[in-house]
Amino acid sequence: MGRTLAEKVWEDHVVRRAEGEPDLLYIDLHLVHEVTSPQAFDGLRASGRVVRRPDLTVSTEDHNVPTIDIDKPIADPVSAAQVDALRRNCAEFGVPLYSLGNVEQGIVHVVGPQMGLTQPGMTVVCGDSHTSTHGAFGALAFGIGTSEVEHVLATQTLPLKPFKTMAITVNGALPEGVTAKDLILAVIAKIGTGGGQGYVLEYRGEGVRGLSMEGRMTLCNMSIEAGARAGMVAPDETTFAYLEGRDRAPKGAEWDAAVEYWRSLVTDDDAEFDAEVVIEASELSPFVTWGTNPGQGAPLSATVPSPDDAKDEVERVAIERALDYMGLTAGMPLRDITVDTVFLGSCTNGRIEDLRAAADVLRGHQVADGVRMLVVPGSARVRLQAESEGLDQIFLDAGAEWRGAGCSMCLAMNPDKLAPQERSASTSNRNFEGRQGPGGRTHLVSPQVAAATAVTGHLASPADLANA
Amino acid sequence: MDAFTTHTGTAAPLRRSNVDTDQIIPAEFLKRITRHGFEDALFQAWRQDPEFVLNRPEYHGVSILVAGPDFGTGSSREHAVWALQDYGFAVVLSSRFADIFRGNSGKAGLLTALVDQDVIEQLWTLVEADPSTSITVDLDAQTVAAGDLTATFEVDPYVRWRLMEGLDDVGITLQNEHLISEFEGSRPSFKPTTVG
Ligand code: SF4
Repeated sequence: MGRTLAEKVWEDHVVRRAEGEPDLLYIDLHLVHEVTSPQAFDGLRASGRVVRRPDLTVSTEDHNVPTIDIDKPIADPVSAAQVDALRRNCAEFGVPLYSLGNVEQGIVHVVGPQMGLTQPGMTVVCGDSHTSTHGAFGALAFGIGTSEVEHVLATQTLPLKPFKTMAITVNGALPEGVTAKDLILAVIAKIGTGGGQGYVLEYRGEGVRGLSMEGRMTLCNMSIEAGARAGMVAPDETTFAYLEGRDRAPKGAEWDAAVEYWRSLVTDDDAEFDAEVVIEASELSPFVTWGTNPGQGAPLSATVPSPDDAKDEVERVAIERALDYMGLTAGMPLRDITVDTVFLGSCTNGRIEDLRAAADVLRGHQVADGVRMLVVPGSARVRLQAESEGLDQIFLDAGAEWRGAGCSMCLAMNPDKLAPQERSASTSNRNFEGRQGPGGRTHLVSPQVAAATAVTGHLASPADLANA
Repeated sequence: MDAFTTHTGTAAPLRRSNVDTDQIIPAEFLKRITRHGFEDALFQAWRQDPEFVLNRPEYHGVSILVAGPDFGTGSSREHAVWALQDYGFAVVLSSRFADIFRGNSGKAGLLTALVDQDVIEQLWTLVEADPSTSITVDLDAQTVAAGDLTATFEVDPYVRWRLMEGLDDVGITLQNEHLISEFEGSRPSFKPTTVG
C-alpha cells in the first residue's frame, strides 16, 4: 500500500524501532525561545549533559520582547529574567541566538522559514504549539513540552508514537478576496477545535496548490487550533522557488540532490488517510470569529449566532458564555461589531505578504477615529523588507503604529495588551478569554479584513471599502 | 538520576485527601526559570500555619510522605514533583494517585508507592505516636516496613525498572547512543545547519 506524505517523512527519521515501544525519531531542526527553554537547560546542567547538536538548534527572543524602545531594558522583571536566562543558556551551551536588535530576530516560526532553515522532509520541533507552521514546506513539525525540549537538546531525538493522518482537500481555487486565513477559520469552524485531535492534517487540492508559501504557513499554523498535532502541505514548485537562494538552503549540486528528494515527498495515489474532510472553495468568503475559541467563527456576512441555534446543551452553554464574555447580542450582523484595536502581526499573519496585503487595502485611507492599529512585523527582516518597499509609510500615513518584531499582542506576555473590555480585530490565532490581555475581546480575521476594519471601525472586508 | 533500590527514612503524616497540584505548589511559582529550588513553595498556603505537620520540629528531615487518597489531582504541572523532591521527599505513599502526577513522578524519579488505605492508616498511627519511626521502602521487594508492619505496594513495572536503573528519559535514549550516531552518519549532506 502507498504511503502518505506524513508517513514518508516519519519513516525517514526512525533511529530505532522496537516492538511495543515508541519509535525514536531523529530531529532535524530544534527551534528554541525564551519561554519554554529555561528549565530544559537547567535540567541539562543538573545532569551534567551537553547540547548534542547546537548546529541543528537555533534560538530567538519573541514572546516577551517589547516592540517599541527595544534598546531599553525590558521593564517587566519576569520577562526580563526569561530573556536573560535564554542569553546565558545559549552562551553556555553554544546554541546560536538571535537577540533583540539582531537582524534575524523575530517570531521563531517566521525566522526558521525566512532563513531557509525549514525545508521539505525535515522533522522540526519547538517548545511551542504553533510549530505546525513549518509543515507548509512538507516538513513534519510539531510543538513539544519542556521535558521534551530537554530530551531533544540532549539527544537530538524524541520517542514518539505515530500520529493518525487526515486529508483536508480543498476543491477548486479560492474565490477572489478569500485568503488562507479565511480558509483555515472555515476548516476549524467545520471540524471543531477538537476535530483534528491525534492527527497530522495534510492540506491538498487545487485551493491549497494555488496558495503562496505565506498562505500555506497561515494554514498550517492554525492546524493546532483544530486540535491537530501538525499540518502539512506537499512541496512543489512554489516551495522550491521560495527556498532557492535563501541563506540556509542547499546550493549547487546539493540543491539538485535536495530537490530530487523533495519531489518524492507526496502522498502516493493508493495511500489511505485515517480520515478525510472536503471543502468546496467556491462556498468560502471572508471569515471572522465571534466567540472565544477559534471554532466559533462565521462568514463576515452572517449574524452573531444564538444559543437557540446550538445542536446540544454543551454548545448552548458555550455560545451563551462566549456572547456574555464578548459583549455581543445574538442576531446582530457581524459587520456591526465595532472595534477599538486592530492588530496586524503574529506567526499566523506577520509575514511580508500579509503586510503587503494589508497595505494595499489601507493605501489612500485613514484608520478610523478612536481605533488604534498596531502593525507588528513577524521578524526584523520582514520589517526591513517592508520598509524597503515603502509599506511602513503607507501604515504611518494611514495613522497606524509601525513597530518592532515579536509576538506582541498575540498573547499578553509583553507590554502590548488589550485593556479589559477592549475589542480587537486580530490577525493572530487565538481568541481565548484574556489571550490579548485580561478581559480583552478578540475577533480573529485575515490581514485584509483587519485593514478594512481599521478604516471603517467595524468588522469589514476590502469589498466594503470599495462599495462605501 | 540516582538508582533507587531501597530507601529508609522518617515520614510525615498528611491527613488530607484530594491534595491537588495547586495546593502542592501554587501557580505563581510556575513563572520561575529554574528546575530546582522549589522547596519553600511546597504546600505554601498550609506552611503559613505553624501547626502544619511540616512545620513541627519532630518532622524535620522527613523523606517519606504518607498522604491521603487522590494525591496530585489537578493540573499537569511537573513543578509539583520537583517541589516534593526539592523539599527532600523520595517517596510518597497513598492509596490513590492522580494519573498525570504519577506519570510525572516516575519520569523525575520520585517513587509514588500505592498501598491500601488501611496501611496508610496504620502508618499514620505509627508516625504520629513516634515521629522518629524509621520506614524502609524496598523497591526490589515492593514492600514498605515500619515497626512490626510490613506491607506490599504497587508500582508500574516500567517505572520500577527505570527507578532501579536510575534512568530518566534522556538516560534511556542515550543507551541507544550508537544508533543515533549511526543515523547521523547517514543523513543527507543537503540538510541545513544553523551555524557556520
Ligand atoms: S505569535 Fe503568538 S502564536 Fe505565534 S509564537 Fe508568538 S505567541 Fe505563539
